[in-house]
Amino acid sequence: MTTVDLPAPALTAKDFSSDQEVRWCPGCGDYAVLKAVQSFLPDLGLRRENIVFVSGIGCSSRFPYYLDTYGMHSIHGRAPSIATGIATAREDLNVWVVTGDGDALSIGGNHLIHALRRNVNMTILLFNNRIYGLTKGQYSPTSETGKVTKSTPVGSIDHPFNPVSLALGAEASFVARTIDSDRKHLTAVLAAAAAHRGTSLVEIYQNCPIFNDGAFEGLKGPDAADQLLRLEPGLEVTVDGQTWTHDPTEANPTRQFAISRLDGDPDSPVPVGIFRQVDRPTYDDQARAQVADALAAAGPGDLQALLDSGDTWSVAEERA
Amino acid sequence: MSHPVTELDRVVIRFAGDSGDGMQLTGDRFTQEAAVFGNDLSTLPNFPAEIRAPQGTIPGVSSFQLHFASYDILTPGDRPDVLVAMNPAALKANTGDLPKGATVIVDTHDFTARNLTKVGYAANPLEDETLADFAVHAVDLTGMTVEAVKEFGLSRKDAARSKNMFALGLVSWLYGRDVAGTETYLAHKFATKPTIRDANVAALRAGWNFGETTETFAVSYVVKPAPAAPGRYRNITGNTALSYGLVAAGRLSGLPVLMGAYPITPASDILHELSKHKRFGVTTFQAEDEIAAIGAAVGASFAGTLGVTATSGPGVALKSEAMGLAVMTELPLVVVDVQRGGPSTGLPTKTEQSDLLQAMYGRNGEAPMPVIAPQSPGDCFAAAVEAARIAITYRTPVMLLSDGYLANGSEPWAIPSVADLPAIEPGFATAPNHSTTNAKGEPVEEFWPYLRDEETLARPWAIPGTAGLEHRIGGLEKGEGHGNISYDPANHDRMVRIRAEKVQRIADSLPPLEVDDPSGQADVLVIGWGSTYGPIGAACRRVRAAGHPIAQVHLRHVNPLPNDLGAILRRYDRVVCPEMNLGQLSRLLRAEYLVDVRPITTVRGLPFGAEALAHDLLTHVTRTAEALA
Repeated sequence: MTTVDLPAPALTAKDFSSDQEVRWCPGCGDYAVLKAVQSFLPDLGLRRENIVFVSGIGCSSRFPYYLDTYGMHSIHGRAPSIATGIATAREDLNVWVVTGDGDALSIGGNHLIHALRRNVNMTILLFNNRIYGLTKGQYSPTSETGKVTKSTPVGSIDHPFNPVSLALGAEASFVARTIDSDRKHLTAVLAAAAAHRGTSLVEIYQNCPIFNDGAFEGLKGPDAADQLLRLEPGLEVTVDGQTWTHDPTEANPTRQFAISRLDGDPDSPVPVGIFRQVDRPTYDDQARAQVADALAAAGPGDLQALLDSGDTWSVAEERA
Repeated sequence: MSHPVTELDRVVIRFAGDSGDGMQLTGDRFTQEAAVFGNDLSTLPNFPAEIRAPQGTIPGVSSFQLHFASYDILTPGDRPDVLVAMNPAALKANTGDLPKGATVIVDTHDFTARNLTKVGYAANPLEDETLADFAVHAVDLTGMTVEAVKEFGLSRKDAARSKNMFALGLVSWLYGRDVAGTETYLAHKFATKPTIRDANVAALRAGWNFGETTETFAVSYVVKPAPAAPGRYRNITGNTALSYGLVAAGRLSGLPVLMGAYPITPASDILHELSKHKRFGVTTFQAEDEIAAIGAAVGASFAGTLGVTATSGPGVALKSEAMGLAVMTELPLVVVDVQRGGPSTGLPTKTEQSDLLQAMYGRNGEAPMPVIAPQSPGDCFAAAVEAARIAITYRTPVMLLSDGYLANGSEPWAIPSVADLPAIEPGFATAPNHSTTNAKGEPVEEFWPYLRDEETLARPWAIPGTAGLEHRIGGLEKGEGHGNISYDPANHDRMVRIRAEKVQRIADSLPPLEVDDPSGQADVLVIGWGSTYGPIGAACRRVRAAGHPIAQVHLRHVNPLPNDLGAILRRYDRVVCPEMNLGQLSRLLRAEYLVDVRPITTVRGLPFGAEALAHDLLTHVTRTAEALA
């Protein structure tokens, strides 16, 4: 269901490129994601002015500057809360959040899980490079235990988050994972996320060539087929000896969660694709419905009547 | 039986009991009765932070003080003329505030040896000389209540719960107040619990009749209505008035309102109130934390809604970074801080004005924000409308500094006529505002989000959905005009100064200050801001009544300060500034005007008492006179 106006003229990727110079490091995975987003935005059939990109802080959060839509590059970790305000205020907007593993899972972890449970209409692109790039190379909440970085010279002792497991635990209505190097998969997953009503979380494995180069190297190239479990509805999956048919629309997330645990297993391929895609009422639609119901039941508020409510009294003439 | 009736011009009553005894409700109801009767009044609820502190202990005492009079009054009163104490703890906690000759009505029911020991009474104060200075009426209110509601078959515990209504009935009789309004209120409140309703009404009537038919009280009193300008009135608390002001701001600007909030004492009632007004296009969002609450409000403002967030001091601390974002992105936003005692968790249910410097400076970088402060509970309405006017007109976050005393205190409020309230113009951008040429040399129209209105320096507010005005804003420094990221030193220097100048220019839109100096002879000026208006005004009256001129000026706008303030301060030989902090405004005024502003400070969690403040002011007046002689 969408209430967004359809555009009159057909737009192209170029229409979505802003005049700002893109300033990511050469070879950064962010370029691929930007290209993919610019190329499929025209296919969404939305007017440019009805699209809003919101980001937090980090390399990926520069994303909105490079798209000729409305956008806000906000503060560290808070993009989901700002996007919640935008989506709740305006039914006609298509709202995106661009964030990274530090932004979304560390400083902004609280906002992320609450956006997911509320199911606010927004598409969250979580660029996961398993490192802090903008601050020049500290370990992140998705870095593997034992990682040697500037802030962990003898290895990190933190246990990492699995973003997909976390999102499924928060009962997100749409959860997917894709990889920057596979343009076709990336585009297909992002398009499905954008079409979903509610909060969509897409984890994008993204390479940082400067501070964590090759983090996802095994998942690329000719051998990748063996390393990736490409989830599709109806795909037969086996986890811990149990086999079933993957169904992202299954209401109970238990089996989807079980699949998400595979990438902690060195002997298993890494699952990518759509883990979960269920219909659930969205926060902003319901908030607007409450306003609409109140209006339908009693009409627009009468301000004078509100001020005059309660126990009142009148003084007819100067009382002395 | 007919009692003699004595006329009084003012009375201060304090109802005190356990925090579960319903003292706040009792006070509220008596306040309504006094308001409808036409008295001027001012109230001071005072309760512990714990929902149910240990029963019968001093920390668990909850009280409600009401000052009502036949003339205009400014404060809830310093010392109660009448204390209603529902247990030994309430008596012990409050006798120190009583003047000689005060009337004390005590419920004797809980005066057992155990309860007396619990609060540190070695002997029963009703039986020794402890209360010798007062007119004590020791009555078994609980016992009589239980007797009065016997027919309803309640448990003894439930029956005793109506004792607050018995006390209210008795005090209502003492001051000749009609209880019909309270009966209607009870009928409504307990509509689904008829037995409880009937028991409460019976207790209320029994209390009244007890006063009427016994000779416990030799006289009853009358306090006539106060003079008032013609118009329609209601009694209102600061939090309600502030909420109505935000609803009104939405109406006056034609904007929907989105309020993000996280529950916090004493601001939560604003969230509760606004959540009732969806018909006015008001949406409330109870966020996961204070930061998300302001984040949603900033997002809503970006989307063309009036974003609002309401909190108290600890919440403001958490919102600081997002306020800076609103300063940088120059979006309208109203941040309400209902101040309470600090630092840290501090005194959640007590009042203080100690967030002024946080409001002024509590953000990283040069991040100026207008600061507005209401001066009385009813004034919270106009102050909220003013905060929204500034936020929308100047595209800036605005801090609205209420406090616990204003939030929960109440006063009669002359209800404004909506038709008289001025409209607020959002003035959304609708078209490109800058002409340039493209690579081929052809003329092109574009939208620059950081071009400014020449007069206000406000930038255009172009909301998503407006074709052709797509743009990106954010927390990074903006290039002047075009608004793209700029790290240029000269640009940053200029933008910092422009943002400061924009806030400063708000002063050009303010009316002249009103200095209250009836004799025109004063050498001493008292300056205040926010809720000290009442106590300062009452103290000045006392000083004048003692034959000494003194002038008062009160600030609604703390940032920017009014253009005429400097000249006013310099007209007086001495400037004194009472504040419920350690001298935050006096520090600002000294820095701004190089005037030797002398602070008078209190941080007891309670408003200034007029008597003590008058004493301090008088000292300043005498010293100034000596110096001038």
